[in-house]
Amino acid sequence: MSEISTDLVRHLAGLARIDLSEAELESLTGELAKIVDSIAKVSEVATPDVVATSHPIPLQNVFRDDEVRPSLTVEQALSGAPEREGDRFKVAAILDEEQ
Amino acid sequence: MSDLIKLSAAELASRLAAREVSSVEATQAHLDRIAAVDGDVHAFLHVSEHALETAAAIDARRAAGEPLGALAGVPIAIKDVLATQDMPSTSGSKILEGWVPPYDATVVARLRGADLVPLGKTNMDEFAMGSSTEHSAYGPSHNPWDLSRTPGGSGGGSSAAVSAFEAPLAIGSDTGGSIRQPAAVTGSVGVKPTYGGVSRYGAIALASSLDQVGPVSRSVLDAALLHDVIGGHDPLDSTSLGNAWPSMADAARRGAAGDGLKGLKVAVVKELSGEGGGFQAGVKQRFDETVAALTAAGAEVVEVAAPSFEYAVAAYYLILPAEASSNLARMDSVRFGLRVKPEAGPVTVEHVMSATRDAGFGAEVKRRIILGTYALSAGYYDAYYGSAQKVRTLIQQDFATAFAQADVVISPAAPTTAFELGSLVNDPLAMYLNDVTTIPANLAGIPGMSIPMGLAPEDGLPTGLQILAPAHQDARLYEVGAAIETLLEDAWGHSLLSQAPLLTEVTR
Repeated sequence: MSEISTDLVRHLAGLARIDLSEAELESLTGELAKIVDSIAKVSEVATPDVVATSHPIPLQNVFRDDEVRPSLTVEQALSGAPEREGDRFKVAAILDEEQ
Repeated sequence: MSDLIKLSAAELASRLAAREVSSVEATQAHLDRIAAVDGDVHAFLHVSEHALETAAAIDARRAAGEPLGALAGVPIAIKDVLATQDMPSTSGSKILEGWVPPYDATVVARLRGADLVPLGKTNMDEFAMGSSTEHSAYGPSHNPWDLSRTPGGSGGGSSAAVSAFEAPLAIGSDTGGSIRQPAAVTGSVGVKPTYGGVSRYGAIALASSLDQVGPVSRSVLDAALLHDVIGGHDPLDSTSLGNAWPSMADAARRGAAGDGLKGLKVAVVKELSGEGGGFQAGVKQRFDETVAALTAAGAEVVEVAAPSFEYAVAAYYLILPAEASSNLARMDSVRFGLRVKPEAGPVTVEHVMSATRDAGFGAEVKRRIILGTYALSAGYYDAYYGSAQKVRTLIQQDFATAFAQADVVISPAAPTTAFELGSLVNDPLAMYLNDVTTIPANLAGIPGMSIPMGLAPEDGLPTGLQILAPAHQDARLYEVGAAIETLLEDAWGHSLLSQAPLLTEVTR
């Protein structure tokens, strides 16, 4: 059995920046435990002599010329912003009082 | 119902070129069909307001004698995973509801450049996570063969659109089977190109090392014509291949015309042949009959072993969540999409982000992000993500062994026919197993196709044949696919989709 606990899921949700309700934490704990049990089998065949593949068709040194090309205008870049101020994205405070 | 909607894209294109029909007429016929049946099918999340205007402009240019593309004037549906600057692009998620991107995906730009007419955006599981469209934040699509069943997923909107004759062509994306499995369960054709063969620029990323955009259609030739429009190198995608690709349409025409099956070496993968169970009886029966038909047509069929395929689904459900958890970090409530203020606690950017992602993501997306975060976290990375990447190597080796003995590998494209909506949605593991046949190709980066393989006797629903070719050999896939399609349709005396039930059209 895996070691997935509700506390671990709460910690992971914090890392992933998702506010989960207690009910969601509960149900996810059970589901994740089952999923992790079934996928942990990858380690059976992943012996040290096997090389890892990160990319199915490896390419090396993909460069382009360093030249000016058209890009989004400020208005285009801000067109989907939930909130803006002038030419900037507006966000809530970065630090709270404890930080 | 206009006869124009029954035409293949190739036939429609030639009638457009001969000016027997205008693009405005063809586009209007499809818009009428969408208005008449999409209330039941729900293939579309958005229908374009510009389609008729686009069609009229193409007609005018044709009248002026301008040279136009091979598919000029043909309408097309676009999976909502692709950025379109004139239509919302949500990837099936509430977190992107109403978002209109400031740019077009390269594939969309190429469709416009080749004078196709975008009809609208098709439904999908949220961020392409699912095999049924039931994880769409906007409700599921329905299979035109039986409206109580799924049209597959994640690209069920695109497969439903072409099989309900709402569009002759559609674009899909395939990370673990999201083009091929929907094609299989709707009796349509879907192709996942070689990884890097079609640009991913502007495709909202799920798992970057697996995602591939490709064609959805009702015939192999139509898919090939569309592949020729969207494929090829794109400097905006650093994983795009620089190959000089041959014409896929020429390959498909060659396959349909010749006797290319004689002497063709075909491998059946033991682990995907249904020998050990796990496949619906009618799917296995149609597959065995297809193998027999290929042998009778002169193909040499050999059985190959792929012992690592047993680990493919497990590896996939580590790699995909890991990459998705990273990709979806961009849904941060800052630059686009939803923003939700937290109900309690200090209103900092971090709390806003957490509240937004809670409100904007559905259950399956949360599940996979948490799983991916776990697989990538300190202490587990090597055991999970690292091991999964090693399984990828083993699967590539299994394919290399198979392709050393054969030109193509075949299998059923999905283990069952279309399942009932609601039957698997609460059992994530059972849902994941739907992709057992399609996932190995994504892990290895090779091209794959699903074509209709007949109706399962027990339920009268479509089954699909998957054909796989070595990396870069997409043209071989089209040649062999068209040859098998011709063989099967000649035996049936009709195309599979001509047998689909007529949908009730509502009056507009």
